[in-house]
Amino acid sequence: MNRIYMDNAATTAVSRQVLDKMLPYFTDVYGNASSIHGTGRDARKALEEARRQVASVLNCKPQEIYFTSGGSESDNWAIKGTAFANRRKGGHIITSAIEHHAVLHTCQWLEKQGFTVTYLPVDEYGQVDPRDVEAAITDKTILISVMAANNEIGTIQPIREIARIARAHQVYFHTDAVQAMGAIPMDVQEIGCDMLSLSAHKFHGPKGVGALYIRQGVRIDNFMHGGAQERGKRATTENIPGIVGLAEALKLATQDLEEKSARIAALRDQLIDGLTAIPYTRLNGHRTNRLPNNCNISIRFVEGEALLLRLDLAGIAASSGSACTSGSLDPSHVLLAIGLPHEIAHGSLRFSLSDATTQEEVDTVLRTLPGIVETLRSMSPLYADFMEAQK
Amino acid sequence: MYSDKVLDHFSNPRNVGEIPDADGVGTVGNAKCGDIMRMYLKVDDSGIITDVKFKTFGCGAAIATSSMATEMVKGKTLKEALKLTNAAVAEALDGLPPVKMHCSLLAEEAVKAAVEDYMKKHPEAVID
Repeated sequence: MNRIYMDNAATTAVSRQVLDKMLPYFTDVYGNASSIHGTGRDARKALEEARRQVASVLNCKPQEIYFTSGGSESDNWAIKGTAFANRRKGGHIITSAIEHHAVLHTCQWLEKQGFTVTYLPVDEYGQVDPRDVEAAITDKTILISVMAANNEIGTIQPIREIARIARAHQVYFHTDAVQAMGAIPMDVQEIGCDMLSLSAHKFHGPKGVGALYIRQGVRIDNFMHGGAQERGKRATTENIPGIVGLAEALKLATQDLEEKSARIAALRDQLIDGLTAIPYTRLNGHRTNRLPNNCNISIRFVEGEALLLRLDLAGIAASSGSACTSGSLDPSHVLLAIGLPHEIAHGSLRFSLSDATTQEEVDTVLRTLPGIVETLRSMSPLYADFMEAQK
Repeated sequence: MYSDKVLDHFSNPRNVGEIPDADGVGTVGNAKCGDIMRMYLKVDDSGIITDVKFKTFGCGAAIATSSMATEMVKGKTLKEALKLTNAAVAEALDGLPPVKMHCSLLAEEAVKAAVEDYMKKHPEAVID
């Protein structure tokens, strides 16, 4: 069976070009970048070249790039690191209700350590209102963290405006760009953020490696103790193959970004139009102000995991925000925050495309899903009751 | 994560549908939690379940446990149907992931709710 992969927001395939670039660093250039000998120096050279490459994409200095184990670590470090380093100034943090759990759970943990956190609401499309950010700032606020784009519904946040507000109030601004990186332009000078998280496996790089941009001068605690790596801030022998892979993947992902995004967005729009043509469905997130590769819909009277299983049996990989896939009793916090009732949030599906997505794949999904919805609705008591009430 | 049997009952559910002139109907669960099961029973004069159908809104496990539960009570007496346990439904499906055990409980409760509805409508019936 030909498998169709439309879960690129979960993770992506490592591109062949990235893998080829990484391989020599497992077997040939395997040195410890801290060693003084030639094998170590070669590894160090690759590390610093990767750092320069990432810095050039983000438009910052190489010494402002810190490699980490991934997006979650970058988020944890940015938030905990600035929270504890600036505690004397105050203990207040502002974030949004629809952040990734790497941000939300970190903030909830900080609340247990005595910090206070404001979780800003979002509108029906998942957008944070910059005026709400400004109104939430107090003389105790030390950090604002708002994602560049949402991982579930794809909504792009007004991070430039939020950054301006943060700077005017001398508050640090961190943005989780894990989903946005490689999908939309990310220039830290133009955005005006103080910290930015990214993760390689979201843009055809390897898993287990990410980066945190920290603007020079930001007061932040060291994250990992026990070595001089990453300017003493993040100990551990550097994952050179992973870091080389991250840099190469980032370079490739941001080449001809506009052209690629436009092509992917055209396929996304076909999916959105075709799938929302199924009766009693809705699009989640903003129609235009969204990531080019994200299509998230809610299908009434059916449950998300059942949809996913049926799609999987048809060879199509997608994801859902239903409780049954989140491992808890509640559906996705993002879908609830945009105001969806529980029963509609349970029936959500996310299709996330990549540069490799083809027209044929989109056509197959558009042909397959309506039949699956019909079958599941035919066995749904909710649908039967609804149709009965319509009579 | 699901056994082959669960996937089989999910993709080819047995006894799905409605019985318009059912002798007993039971609905359990709620949409907020993401699971609703409705069971329809047809019962003959001797208290034997001659037909059973279901409709379920829910995940793969919810649909599979509904399907399995209908197979397990079809042709049985009401008394036997009341003895159906969630553990027996789960076992018949070669097990369920721990987070899905509540689905099998829902299947047990749906059968019981349908039998209770029958008893209410047929106060003369005795389950010995």
